[in-house]
Amino acid sequence: MFSLAPLVVLFPLAGFLANLFFGRRLGAQQSGLLAVVAAGASFLVAVLQLAALAGNGFQPATVPVADWLRLGDFHVRWAFQIDSLSATMMLVVSGVGTLIHIYSLGYMRADVEHNGDPGRYTRFFVYMNLFLVSMLTLVGADNFLMLFVGWEGVGLCSYLLIGFWFEKGEGGVGNARAAMKAFVVNRIGDFGLLLAMFLIFWTFGTLTFGELFERLEAVRLDAAGQWIVVAITLLLLLGATGKSAQIPLYVWLPDAMAGPTPVSALIHAATMVTAGIYMITRAHPLFALAPLSMEVVAWIGAATALFAATIAVAQTDIKRVLAYSTISQLGFMVAAVGLGAYVAGMFHLVTHAFFKALLFLSAGSVIQALERGAHADAHGGQSGEAPIDPQDMRHMGGLWGRLPVTRWVYLIGALALAGLPPLSGFFSKDEILLDAFAHNLVIYVVLSVAAFLTAFYMGRQVLMVFFGRPRSAGAAHATESPAVVTTPLVLLAILSALGGLLNLPAFDEHGYAGALIFKEFLGHTLEAEALPLNWGVAGLATALALAALGLAYALYSRAYASAQDRDPLQGLLGPVFAWLRDKWYVDELYGRLVVRPFHTLSQVTARALDLGGVDMTFNNLGELARAAAAGFSRFQLGYARRYALVMFAGAVAVLVYFLMAR
Amino acid sequence: MIPTSYYLALSALLFTLGVAGVLTRRNAIIVFMSVELMLNSANLAFVAFARQFLDLSGQVFVFFVMVVAAAEVAVGLALIVAIFRSKQSISLDSLNQLKG
Repeated sequence: MFSLAPLVVLFPLAGFLANLFFGRRLGAQQSGLLAVVAAGASFLVAVLQLAALAGNGFQPATVPVADWLRLGDFHVRWAFQIDSLSATMMLVVSGVGTLIHIYSLGYMRADVEHNGDPGRYTRFFVYMNLFLVSMLTLVGADNFLMLFVGWEGVGLCSYLLIGFWFEKGEGGVGNARAAMKAFVVNRIGDFGLLLAMFLIFWTFGTLTFGELFERLEAVRLDAAGQWIVVAITLLLLLGATGKSAQIPLYVWLPDAMAGPTPVSALIHAATMVTAGIYMITRAHPLFALAPLSMEVVAWIGAATALFAATIAVAQTDIKRVLAYSTISQLGFMVAAVGLGAYVAGMFHLVTHAFFKALLFLSAGSVIQALERGAHADAHGGQSGEAPIDPQDMRHMGGLWGRLPVTRWVYLIGALALAGLPPLSGFFSKDEILLDAFAHNLVIYVVLSVAAFLTAFYMGRQVLMVFFGRPRSAGAAHATESPAVVTTPLVLLAILSALGGLLNLPAFDEHGYAGALIFKEFLGHTLEAEALPLNWGVAGLATALALAALGLAYALYSRAYASAQDRDPLQGLLGPVFAWLRDKWYVDELYGRLVVRPFHTLSQVTARALDLGGVDMTFNNLGELARAAAAGFSRFQLGYARRYALVMFAGAVAVLVYFLMAR
Repeated sequence: MIPTSYYLALSALLFTLGVAGVLTRRNAIIVFMSVELMLNSANLAFVAFARQFLDLSGQVFVFFVMVVAAAEVAVGLALIVAIFRSKQSISLDSLNQLKG
């Protein structure tokens, strides 16, 4: 059974190659179906791996595929590590991935029509399958180098898919710019990961997880070794902040919303951005040796959770709210792994994948409902309204009556994110809060405030989108999406609602049947601790969420009579609101501190070094060769007899030389 | 027996004639004949030494030279014919298009 593990990657790879080379010939319908089948087959294989694990008493297995590199002592192979941690990730990636592939069948059909290039439908599925290949390589890797291949692969797919409509966006370059930004910012993180890998190899002589963790004993008592481990873990953290959008490298994720909505759901919410958390969890024996790094990880996570939540409160773009929410929730997970609560972090990763994918996909459904509404309105000729931004929540409102499926699934997703029991988000977030409460009170308070803001901005969003009066013709004429779009939504909504069953909390140390299944499961790979339920923490979290929802209701239930209205928060917070809305001006700060000096520097080097140094050297060398050629070509008279004479003279000279030398 | 040095003197004379012909004449056919003269002067030197040292390899070498010379004549004359067709002349000085 374990021997099937490579198929988890090979199925999407086959789908990718088939669509890449024959996609056009297959036609849109078939190529989309092919991609879905590839993703679904991959999910089935992942389920089989889980079954194999269960049959093996949850003991990890390594499935070698091929030798890759063998340079002296350095040996790397392609091999899949199947344990409860990677199996969890594989199931989430391929499972949620499959649902999003199905959703994309319907969504992208409308999207390519709307953007006026139906030929790009196939390309979308090519990229999506390539993404699955990379992501599953990342989570299945049994060594850092293979993980890095997947890590770069998902970055590439992210870049390609953010820039899917590369000729659109602000000034015709907005989307391309967003894609570039994501790529460049991620490169900074990748650089950290790469350096960490160099250091690991330098210190331990291996990149394979199993061997590495066995050799850790050697540095445990060595003071210098301790500091090297701190350096390694901090560099790994830099990698994680890039991929998982944490302070200071989170800035690319909001802009990544330029990609089509299924991409935002799959890559920028459910799977790729969790790679950093997965990587830290995978490397937990290293982090266990570096308490200092753990502390840093926890603080970065908590700070990001709060910081991003404050920004989300004031956004008006439906996807941007969710993007900042994603950053914030990733902060929760990073804080959890920083506190050593790996199970809580992974649990939140799984439930977040469910409800955030659900929210993004539902947002896509809302956006297309609005586009259809605007289209119908323009054709009906009822009102000559100017075209609106279909992602702007100020132009929505009153959709509750018009979207009978989307409204319920959106509500479930929003409440799960807000952390209301008994939805999945409550259990996973509560576990993180519980661990924070037990280990670090300050982080607990920070995360609680972030959780409060989370519930508030989700309440605000639901009220702005679904309630009140329709504030545009599109919203007034919006219609529900087709079944191919809503079916995955319903499935994800069920998962979001019931995901908590995976890891119900225990009331005391004895537990009961069905409690802490996930902890037991991951316990075969990680040192898992699970604190018994603390009614105070759970109650306070629920109370905060309810209070935030109530506050949102008080503020927004009657706000926004028309799209031009002032946000009620603006009156409440005054000038602070502008700071929140403009994202604390971090982009501007980075522009001033990094981007502009870099531009100036590159201008200087371009002129002084490139034009003045390199170009001049090589131009002169070329000029020299040309002059020399012009000089020597004088000898080429074209008279054969002259050549013969020169040859004769040469022969005589050689002869004379030898005769004289005797 | 005629001393070997006589043959060598004749060979050198013939070779010098050949060189002079190549360097001074414009007519391609004459130049060609001069080249043949040089080849044959070398042949003469070969056989002269072969006789002196009683070694047949010098004589064998002459046959090789003659074969190569025959092939060269065939190709060379064909070239001259082709050149004459395009230029209406076989003066070597009119073939100077490759000058720098």
